[in-house]
Amino acid sequence: MNNQTKDSLSDERGGVDDITPVFSTGVGIDVATIIQISKSKDEPEWMLKLRLKAYQVYLEKEMPDYGPDLSGIDLSQIKYFQRATDRIARTWEEVPDEIKTTFERIGVPEAERQYLAGSAAQYESEAVYSNLKRDLEDQGIIFMDTDSALKKHPELVKEYFGTLVTMEDNKFAALNTAVWSGGTFLYVPKNVHADVPIQSYFRINAGRTGQFERTLIIVEEGASVNYVEGCTAPNYSEDSLHAAVVEVFVKKDGYCRYTTIQNWSTNVYSLETKRAQAAKNATMEWVDGNLGSKVTMKYPSIYLVGEGATGSMLSIAAAGANMHQDTGAKMIHMAPRTHSTIVSKSICHNGGRADYRGLIKYTKEAVKAKSHIECDTILMDNNSASDTFPINDIETSDGTIEHEAHVSKISEGQLYYLKSRGLDESTASQLIIMGFLEPFTKQLPMEYAVELDRLIKFQMEGSIG
Amino acid sequence: MAKLVIKNLRVAVAGDLILNGVDLEINDGEIHALMGPNGTGKSTLSETIMGNPRYQICDGQIILNDMDITELMVDERARAGIFLAMQYPTEVAGISNADFIHAALNAQNDGKSVPVLPFLKELEEKMSFLEIAEDYADRGLNADFSGGEKKRNEILQMMMLKPKLAILDEIDSGLDIDALKIVAKGINAMRGRNFSCLMVTHYQRLLNYVIPDVVHVMMDGKIIKTGGAELAKQLEKTGYGNLN
Ligand SMILES: Nc1ncnc2c1ncn2[C@@H]1O[C@H](COP(=O)(O)OP(=O)(O)OP(=O)(O)O)[C@@H](O)[C@H]1O
Ligand SMILES: [Mg+2]
Repeated sequence: MNNQTKDSLSDERGGVDDITPVFSTGVGIDVATIIQISKSKDEPEWMLKLRLKAYQVYLEKEMPDYGPDLSGIDLSQIKYFQRATDRIARTWEEVPDEIKTTFERIGVPEAERQYLAGSAAQYESEAVYSNLKRDLEDQGIIFMDTDSALKKHPELVKEYFGTLVTMEDNKFAALNTAVWSGGTFLYVPKNVHADVPIQSYFRINAGRTGQFERTLIIVEEGASVNYVEGCTAPNYSEDSLHAAVVEVFVKKDGYCRYTTIQNWSTNVYSLETKRAQAAKNATMEWVDGNLGSKVTMKYPSIYLVGEGATGSMLSIAAAGANMHQDTGAKMIHMAPRTHSTIVSKSICHNGGRADYRGLIKYTKEAVKAKSHIECDTILMDNNSASDTFPINDIETSDGTIEHEAHVSKISEGQLYYLKSRGLDESTASQLIIMGFLEPFTKQLPMEYAVELDRLIKFQMEGSIG
Repeated sequence: MAKLVIKNLRVAVAGDLILNGVDLEINDGEIHALMGPNGTGKSTLSETIMGNPRYQICDGQIILNDMDITELMVDERARAGIFLAMQYPTEVAGISNADFIHAALNAQNDGKSVPVLPFLKELEEKMSFLEIAEDYADRGLNADFSGGEKKRNEILQMMMLKPKLAILDEIDSGLDIDALKIVAKGINAMRGRNFSCLMVTHYQRLLNYVIPDVVHVMMDGKIIKTGGAELAKQLEKTGYGNLN
């Protein structure tokens, strides 16, 4: 549907168009750069102070000492701030054929391709967005980029910003706090139910995420929202490091589902910190698909702080040649009768690697906590690999944890059955993979599901038969 | 045309010779029953005709309508018109029954997509003919189906795919009385010059509803006796002990 609802929010999303001239801070980062970023956006003093403090923390923090090899990141060569709308990475001729073919195969509309490939700065806009925006405003929902929110709703931003993911959390959270730009701000007032999924602007815009986005979602008591961001199509990024921070607050009886699909090009290190907090009887659901990048490190967490709160994580990761997906989830149970579920599915092909890394924690307060973890992996060949690193940290005595992990090849029995009906090896394998991913796919909005199916088929082609 | 000829078939599984020189001829439009004690090689023969790679053909030939298919892969044989309703149908979660059958039809249509609307209409008709509830079209392929439901689903696939030769391996096992009649109705509906069938069964029960043209008895990897429908009735009384 969104293939038609074209809209560039470039003017909405920057939110700074009327203030500063186009500029980039060049490569590298220092105190002056940070001051420049903050001034260029005309930020309140407290934000600048926060950025500077975070920068110090960033300098002191070590790189993560676990998981994938990050030695390929040269932090001194990164451009920490560029106006998103001015980045034309290349001409269409320079876009790698591989990416063009993928667009073709998964049916990305012609008009969107140049934008996604980074060879067009802007996407033709239509009025659809403003209609949606009006609907949301009528319900009292605030939905804008985080820079604009800082201007228009500074008190709200100040109250929540950095309180869940503190700058002390990890090196990249500190870096994000120091240099963040863009991201989504979403506020859903008490008892308001946003009935349609709210997509991060439009799919097409979501494709061009910035490097250091900062997203803040607040779902007030009894309210509910379903937020979708990202893009199935390959997203060619010049920037080798993407370090976003996402904070989600779900108040008493609230509900939030946060769906992300990411398909970075394989030069990208995607190191994200996503965290949510669920109050009494609230529900938080992460739905997370990682289809691209060179390295992804992402372990969305949910702090179940209120009695009866529920958290769930449903994720897929596909790792092909030269890719390492290190993903998982953390469920921190801090109140009685809190429940969590983690379902993680991965496919490794052409020598790719996908690991699951997870934490289940029950604090003393978390009496009668329950948790269920399922990790399923399909290895398409002998060069691909997968591992699971689950940690349980339990301080109660009456909780339950179920953990299941399966690593397998495509089942010979299933292949034979499908082939006995006339399907050739590669079609049969594709169908089995689709079936494997179906618990994830069926949770996606239609257009994402269709594209994801096509993408996986296309990615699998090289690795089957 | 739907004629199967098997000549002197010898088959080994995991190094053991199981079929020891099977000869069999099924003419256009004929339905044959294959009976015999447990473990004598009936499923082995069925799987070998289908082309299951676990069964190694050491000697002999399988010919469908004058085409030697002995060397063909399983999917090629399926596209040539062979269908096997398996003794234990496999479950594949996440692929809907309807999508699967559509994919199979496409595969048998040179990979060209069979128009969806007529397909769905036919699927609905056949499901209702077999008294399969509508929602089974959207359920995962055999996923969490009961034993009898799986069997019925095999017949549904057969009716949709319209093979030249169907091999039904104990299609009657695990069926309740009503389901048996429904499955028999499905098989009888396929009868015709362009459909031949090999039914593996242990019981006369099925043969009361689907009257076979020919009955074979297999023992120790060989067909040791061949007769008409009355042979099965006789076996019901005397058992296999008195043969030879
Ligand atoms: N995949 C296999 N691996 C090892 N042995 C096998 C395999 N398949 C069949 N066999 C053996 O081959 C012999 C014949 O088995 P088959 O399944 O063909 O018998 P059947 O006549 O169909 O028996 P039933 O009436 O019990 O279904 C048996 O001894 C069986 O153990
Ligand atoms: Mg058998």
